[in-house]
Amino acid sequence: MLQRDYTTSQLDVLEAEAIHIMREVAAEFERPCLLFSGGKDSIVMLRIAEKAFWPAPIPFPLMHVDTGHNFPEVIEFRDRRAVELNARLVVASVQASIDSGRVAEETGRRASRNRLQTTTLLDAIEEHEFDAVFGGARRDEEKARAKERVFSFRDDFGQWDPKNQRPELWNLYNSKIRKGEHIRVFPLSNWTELDIWDYIRREGIEIPSIYFAHTRSVFERDGMLLPDDEVVQRDEDEPLFEAVVRYRTVGDVTCTGAVVSNAVTVEQIIEEIAVTRLTERGATRADDRASEAAMEDRKKEGYF
Amino acid sequence: MDILRFATAGSVDDGKSTLIGRLLFDSKAIFEDQLEAVERTSRDRGTEYTDLSLLTDGLRAEREQGITIDVAYRYFATPKRKFIIADTPGHIQYTRNMVTGASTADLAIILIDARKGVLEQSRRHAFLTTLLRVPHLVLAVNKMDLVDYAEERFEEIREEFTAFASKLNAADLTFIPISALHGDNVVSRSENMPWYHGTSLLHHLENVHIASDRNLVDVRFPVQYVIRPHNATSQELHDYRGYAGQVAGGVLKPGDEVTHLPSGLNTRIAAIDTFDGPVEEAFPPMSVTLRLEDDIDISRGDLICRPNNQPSVAQELDAMVCWMADSVKLQPRSKLIIKHTTRTARALVRDLQYRLDVNTLHRDEAATSLGLNEIGRVSLRITQPLFVDDYSRNRLTGGFILIDEATNGTVGAGMIVDAR
Repeated sequence: MLQRDYTTSQLDVLEAEAIHIMREVAAEFERPCLLFSGGKDSIVMLRIAEKAFWPAPIPFPLMHVDTGHNFPEVIEFRDRRAVELNARLVVASVQASIDSGRVAEETGRRASRNRLQTTTLLDAIEEHEFDAVFGGARRDEEKARAKERVFSFRDDFGQWDPKNQRPELWNLYNSKIRKGEHIRVFPLSNWTELDIWDYIRREGIEIPSIYFAHTRSVFERDGMLLPDDEVVQRDEDEPLFEAVVRYRTVGDVTCTGAVVSNAVTVEQIIEEIAVTRLTERGATRADDRASEAAMEDRKKEGYF
Repeated sequence: MDILRFATAGSVDDGKSTLIGRLLFDSKAIFEDQLEAVERTSRDRGTEYTDLSLLTDGLRAEREQGITIDVAYRYFATPKRKFIIADTPGHIQYTRNMVTGASTADLAIILIDARKGVLEQSRRHAFLTTLLRVPHLVLAVNKMDLVDYAEERFEEIREEFTAFASKLNAADLTFIPISALHGDNVVSRSENMPWYHGTSLLHHLENVHIASDRNLVDVRFPVQYVIRPHNATSQELHDYRGYAGQVAGGVLKPGDEVTHLPSGLNTRIAAIDTFDGPVEEAFPPMSVTLRLEDDIDISRGDLICRPNNQPSVAQELDAMVCWMADSVKLQPRSKLIIKHTTRTARALVRDLQYRLDVNTLHRDEAATSLGLNEIGRVSLRITQPLFVDDYSRNRLTGGFILIDEATNGTVGAGMIVDAR
């Protein structure tokens, strides 16, 4: 008799691990929420949540920290997915934080609301008393994230202390916290950018149109292509031109660059990524270029 | 394509960062912007070569002090496999981090400097790897270029280590002579060592068989979460009751007779559900939802197994415990929270039988406490029964963590050796 080979594919292993993490949170926390930006990682995370609790609905709300500077295609997608899943969507607004004087808008040509999001996020976590917050961050994205736990403890100021993290062994996660503290949970920790795309292809998951090649009016700054948009300040020596581009990451309009690409299908995107020589954040994120420890510093303050 | 998780043990001096850097670079997992950043930092610091350890040492404090302070996870893939590296530091808090990295590893690479041979730290690495039951061990004898690629030197080291490993009851053991700096036997076979007839390190990583390392014999399904849709509009959904969890051992099939613990009641599996439809079998590491034929009161922390193959139902445990906190020590009468599979309870330390010297394996029976990075055999009494196996039989039903009630920190990791 042939012995069956119980080899499991990498996507099945990653999916099973992420489902386990989601169920662990649902079982052990009182008020979890899932950060949903309409970006590809959070879209995959949402599919995992759908799978983890099926045939019951997802037992926690979705939250989006809206900088007010998002791509309209992404906002439309966000709202539609929430309705399709019959999920509650909490929108935390950076504009509201500015209007109420909690944060001050940056000025100048490199002004961005990227860093302001942290205050809005932490205020919303406090207001809604969320004790666990799912994020779609992956360890392969950035070197500070390579050291982050799946269950990442935040003190009552929302801060991350990278030197004092809880050891994480086997598939056992420590969910003990005091009131006012919370845990950031990263079910996709062990996924790479390519895994995300392979999964989107395998599952046939819909993603916002800006991930695919399209013609857009852009200008170049520091080797990045930024869009022609009223919230992006452009200098006179930064001329606009038309280019066929797509987005590898989806963030704030002011700090997310496009890449030149002809990929109009998920298969073509995967082919493109397989030969690319730049990381997705290195190619497209001005926010990470500020300094060598830009991400670490923002994360310590409570950033995603 | 499947996944191999491996841990690397060794210090910068052994060429560990160079080896990881080479694996990442040759498999194109390092990108140009990452390499540029590392080259820039190396230059700024006045280093003459590109310091690949900067790729893994991501935190500001690590770069400033030139040390690794935590487990870093790195990813690369070849057409055959996806790899997850748990890169653990060589010096600071070594034991704690290595135990963490090894807990999920299918394989561990221990690096030895061919000039120095088997050192105390090599023995420590081998002991910890064996304690955590990492199924495959690779002894990478590095810097062969500095001993003129001499077969005699490699054989000496192999013999010395084999003699030591036999005392440990070590796992599947493979020796590979390499030069991480020059790339000998890392990705492809080296022409400098024609006397070596084995495979390159990467070839070994790509081909080592790991599917049978999981326990596919003893059915263990810790119930993680009960799914009840409470849907008023659909009769079928209204009565739906599924037990969700990740299979920790064995193969489950619809129709199988199963036992629920702690009740001891028997029933059958009606269906194994997933979002993508019912499946005909479930095995580790699948996350699935079981439906059972009979209504039994089942909740999180319970366990489903087979009637003729049950785990121990135990409130008294003996375990090898690695202590991971510097703020507090483990000692008799310590009260802790224990998390084992999906069950959380309280534990009382009844006795510290001995403390183990991880370098000499000497058992100090006079020890009265365990401090940070110390390992010992501990007897625990648990407030409610746990469903356990020996760690040597199943890492998932044999391992647990200990949490300090005062700080909520994870302060210990345990591997069950005896249960009553």
